[in-house]
Amino acid sequence: MKPAPFEYHAPRSLGEALDALAEAGADGKVLAGGQSLIPMLNMRLAAPAHLIDINRLTELATLDVEPGGVRVGALARHAQVERSEPVAAAQPLLRQALRLVAHPVIRNRGTVVGSLVHADPAAELPAVLALLGGSVRLARRGATRDVTAAAFFTGPMESATGPGELAVSALFPLLPARSGTAFREVARRHGDYALAGIAALVSLDDDLRITVARVACVSVGPVPVLVDVTEVCGHRPPASAGWDAAARAVQDRIEPEADIHASAGYRRHLIGVLAEQALRDAARAALDA
Amino acid sequence: MHGEAAGGGGMTTKLFGEPVRRREDPRLLTGQGRYLDDLGTHALEAAFVRSPHAHARIRDVDVSAALDVDGLVAIYTWEDLPALLAQPLPLLIPHPALTHGRTAYPLARDLVRHVGEPVVMVVARDRYLAEDACALIRVDYEVLKPVVGVEEAARSARLVHDDVPGNVGAHLVQEVPSAAGLGAREAIEAAPHTLSFRLDIERSASMPLEGRGVYARWDADDQSLRVYTSTQTSTSVRMAVAARLGLPLPKVEVIAPDVGGGFGVKIVHPWPEELLVPWAAIALGREVKWTEDRREHFVSSAHERAQVHSVRVGFDDDGRVLGLDVTILHDHGAYTPYGIIVPIITSTQLPGPYRIGAYRVEFSSIYTNTVQVTPYRGAGRPQAVFCMERTMDHIAAHLGADRTAVRAVNFIQPDEFPYDQGLIFQDGRPLIYDSGDYPESLRMLKELIGWDSFPELKARAAAEGRRIGIGIGCYVEGTGVGPYEGGHVQITSDGRVHVSTGLTSQGQGHETVFAQIAATELGVPLERVSVVTGDTRRFGYAVGTFASRAAVMSGNAIALACRKVREKALRIAADALEADPGDLEIADGEVRVVGSPGAAIPLATVAVLSNPLRYAFDAEAARATQFAGASSFDRPPVAEGEEPGLEGRDYYSPLRSTFASGMHAAIVETDPLTAEIRILRYAVVHDCGNLINPMIVEGQIHGGVAQGVGGALYERMVYDEHGQLLNASFMDFLMPYATEVPFIETAHLQTPSPLNPLGIKGAGEAGVIPVSAVIASAVEDAEGIEIDRMPISPSELFDLRRSAG
Amino acid sequence: MTDIAITLTVNGVVRQVEVPGRRLLSDCLRHDLGLTGTHVGCEHGVCGCCTVLLDGEPVRSCLTFAVTVDGHDITTVEGLAAPDGAMSPVQRAFAECHGLQCGFCTPGFLCTVTALLRDNPSPTGEEVLEGISGNLCRCTGYQNIVKSVHRAAEIMAEET
Repeated sequence: MKPAPFEYHAPRSLGEALDALAEAGADGKVLAGGQSLIPMLNMRLAAPAHLIDINRLTELATLDVEPGGVRVGALARHAQVERSEPVAAAQPLLRQALRLVAHPVIRNRGTVVGSLVHADPAAELPAVLALLGGSVRLARRGATRDVTAAAFFTGPMESATGPGELAVSALFPLLPARSGTAFREVARRHGDYALAGIAALVSLDDDLRITVARVACVSVGPVPVLVDVTEVCGHRPPASAGWDAAARAVQDRIEPEADIHASAGYRRHLIGVLAEQALRDAARAALDA
Repeated sequence: MHGEAAGGGGMTTKLFGEPVRRREDPRLLTGQGRYLDDLGTHALEAAFVRSPHAHARIRDVDVSAALDVDGLVAIYTWEDLPALLAQPLPLLIPHPALTHGRTAYPLARDLVRHVGEPVVMVVARDRYLAEDACALIRVDYEVLKPVVGVEEAARSARLVHDDVPGNVGAHLVQEVPSAAGLGAREAIEAAPHTLSFRLDIERSASMPLEGRGVYARWDADDQSLRVYTSTQTSTSVRMAVAARLGLPLPKVEVIAPDVGGGFGVKIVHPWPEELLVPWAAIALGREVKWTEDRREHFVSSAHERAQVHSVRVGFDDDGRVLGLDVTILHDHGAYTPYGIIVPIITSTQLPGPYRIGAYRVEFSSIYTNTVQVTPYRGAGRPQAVFCMERTMDHIAAHLGADRTAVRAVNFIQPDEFPYDQGLIFQDGRPLIYDSGDYPESLRMLKELIGWDSFPELKARAAAEGRRIGIGIGCYVEGTGVGPYEGGHVQITSDGRVHVSTGLTSQGQGHETVFAQIAATELGVPLERVSVVTGDTRRFGYAVGTFASRAAVMSGNAIALACRKVREKALRIAADALEADPGDLEIADGEVRVVGSPGAAIPLATVAVLSNPLRYAFDAEAARATQFAGASSFDRPPVAEGEEPGLEGRDYYSPLRSTFASGMHAAIVETDPLTAEIRILRYAVVHDCGNLINPMIVEGQIHGGVAQGVGGALYERMVYDEHGQLLNASFMDFLMPYATEVPFIETAHLQTPSPLNPLGIKGAGEAGVIPVSAVIASAVEDAEGIEIDRMPISPSELFDLRRSAG
Repeated sequence: MTDIAITLTVNGVVRQVEVPGRRLLSDCLRHDLGLTGTHVGCEHGVCGCCTVLLDGEPVRSCLTFAVTVDGHDITTVEGLAAPDGAMSPVQRAFAECHGLQCGFCTPGFLCTVTALLRDNPSPTGEEVLEGISGNLCRCTGYQNIVKSVHRAAEIMAEET
């Protein structure tokens, strides 16, 4: 299990990286943390002709809490984001989700933006971005664009990142006041990809009634499945909200498939259980906020 | 504490039975171990083109595109092999019931019968380049429809081997009538109660963290071959290599270096690569190495476990088994290189610690287009125990009796040993239990886990909305199978003790436990003893490390060899000290006259005196030269019947296997919502006779239980109908991490074996054997749903709940 | 695809080597630099045998290209003992608690645990489990590894 040969590029600046990517076009692949890419290279499931290694672009190793949200640069490692107290205070869902991403050693190397670009529907971070309505900033030679989560995830392991483009950062919006989040999942082993998972967000008004309740589902569709259940919950205080009805509404929206680890029916069931638990957790957090 | 040899030799020192720290560890902890791929830095490396199809005819192999790869050295197909090597691989363990044994060619000849079968061998400057060349080789296959799944294969018209009708490789029936002469089926018909059910176990695999690997060096000047291989039997690999490469045996040496786990898969030999790599090394006149990667290990080594069992049992009102009739379908995969050892063990170990009224067992071993099946730790016993223990639970449920009470009423009693089960075991010898105390073992287990108070615990949990259940599993394990092992012990003139045995080590701590035995027997400090295993240059006769046999076999052989050396040392020392050998003892590396302080001679000096010399290479040696006056003139320097040197060799060849036993219990919790299964407690009572090193025995149990937990809740090989292994990676073949393995509570019972001088029994496989039975029993207790297939996943438990309504 | 000259500081020693871009760090350490203590168990990042410290943080060397870490510091199992060869508290604890059997996964555990205890000198049971949760062991059943980690923490506390 050794990678096929490739032309290695080690740009020292963003400009150099974009040049290399532009020249490589569809034959180019970006290497950031490599925790998803290198296994595929080792198994020769991917064999790009050009590998553009962005690990020297320290300008992308940024992590900033901005008014609009937490902006995570392309070289910010999972562990760095997970450990950041300002990030945890500004957007608690990131830490809640990152603790469930693989194992600590993988998180030392893997990057948040890399996980988004990898766009595995079984992964936690795409669901987080989708739930929060975040975006990914894509740069190409001479142009930059922001793509919303809804448009970014286009299919299993497929994102809107085009040939010659580099995802330079992602923006995870901050929570509105009186909001809470939660992440719940069931995996076969601790650290495995989830059989099913739920990221949940609940916001309350000044009377502590629900104004927003939505979830993003993991592992039950080609992309993270975003379901708004505000109406189902009713504009009621969390204690009297219709969480079970909300969970059923989530179950109705997903299209789970069977694989060697779980039947489709089990995944649908889990999503219901986890949605209710995660929404309750998020509502509790919102009350404490 | 470690070197203190209190008292004389024999069993009176503290070393035997002490938790002595391992002597392997300093090197393994500092990165100084020598595993296969750590050797041969400059060797050429091999890679293989392996079949992507489960069943196909090879029409053509086109290597032309690969020829331009930089660093390519050679490409070989079956047609390139010399006649001896072009034959099918050996069928290692023939058996009269294996009427249609089949083995693969080292490289596929014209048919491939499972995904992963080697077709082309590539040798290049390094592994990267070898894989580049493999990727460019085009094999044209005519794809045939495969046969997958043992029941499918048993009824399919499609054949894995054209000349094996019905895909049946072997069929064997053993029957033991009741004391009254009733056959099992008659006894069942006559019984007050009868039950029938079916039990399934899925495929798993040994999956050592180090894969296989072979490294060969040909010495053209000396016309000799040295092969390093990550094996559980270097002596037998040596014989196979010599035979298939047409080399004189003394010109071939095989060494098992540090081996990163075996668990059964590395007892299979010669692997194709173990012949092809040395052959290529000779052909090319260059060192060649092959290091298996993980994907290769999944699809081209071996698996185990998959069996379907139909059970029919008759019993009385107390749950006493009057008749038991079991029919087994064994999935053998594509080939039978290791014979039918696995189903033989299942069928003969199935009665466990019980006295079964009448027993009939029948198995059919079926070919499928999947990776071959050979023993994995436990080797057929996990399936056997699953059958027997599920049967006990079914009987208890039927009678409304306590599950332990049903077991107790069937136990063989301590005064019934030796107990003849009336069967022929895997070693071809009668299956007779040597010793044990099953009622005491059960008493200890019930106390350890709190069996009798569990109902209260369960009720309290239920009141909190939690589901918990308790389960139990009992087993008897034939260990220390023959035919033999040997030991060689040499004390050199520097006082060092050099022990060697032919069998290999894969992490069991042999360097430590064999040194403990030698130090105890010889009365020398542990630090002076060094142990070499698995190196044919040091010891050429051996069987191998498998079947929980190393401690029993080589341990006793080394003890016997030490006793020979001890006797010789006493004889020589008696001469030198002018004392009677009977008045001597050995302690702290000195031979002493008992009760005469000062009258002593170091073993180092005895070693000098044992070897009459003409030439002195140092001052110590000068004492043994011809003018030193040490010898008597009325007999030759080397007396008749003597040999120079303070060394000895002996063999241990037991009449039959010794039978260890144990009982496990677990408390599990099942999540009412998510159906996740968590083991809250896991308790083990274990009896392997006398313990050489309790720390190491506990470690063996822990590791076995962890593999058992893997087999019960996580691991399976999933094939689709095309014969593709869908989870050939550590991402999807779910071996437990630390987070999945419970804390294991252990207690030891010691009923020594009367069969061997040390009174020991094997411990290597014990931990894994009953785990699936225990977890099934506990989940069933928690859920009130019959569990008849293992492993069980949350998804499956959820589906079972649904169908149970 | 010409080879690329890189400089790594491995166990405190500056090492220069020329490797192809695709050379995995694990292979570079083992085969180019002769440090075979780092083991390769799966080459897809799951088993953890190949874990080394990169600038002090544990990473999978099979999921890292050697060229990527040009100019960085690497510690392998060979570099855990003191310069005089005395084993580190973590290594000693593994020996004391029988935290290894075949020893193949051990270097990865040792590197992981060394960093874990540096960052958290007295971890709870849960933190220990989480800390070693990405390393597979097929021999020990982990019980004695967990014990070793706690024991190493004790030894470190005793010796500071």
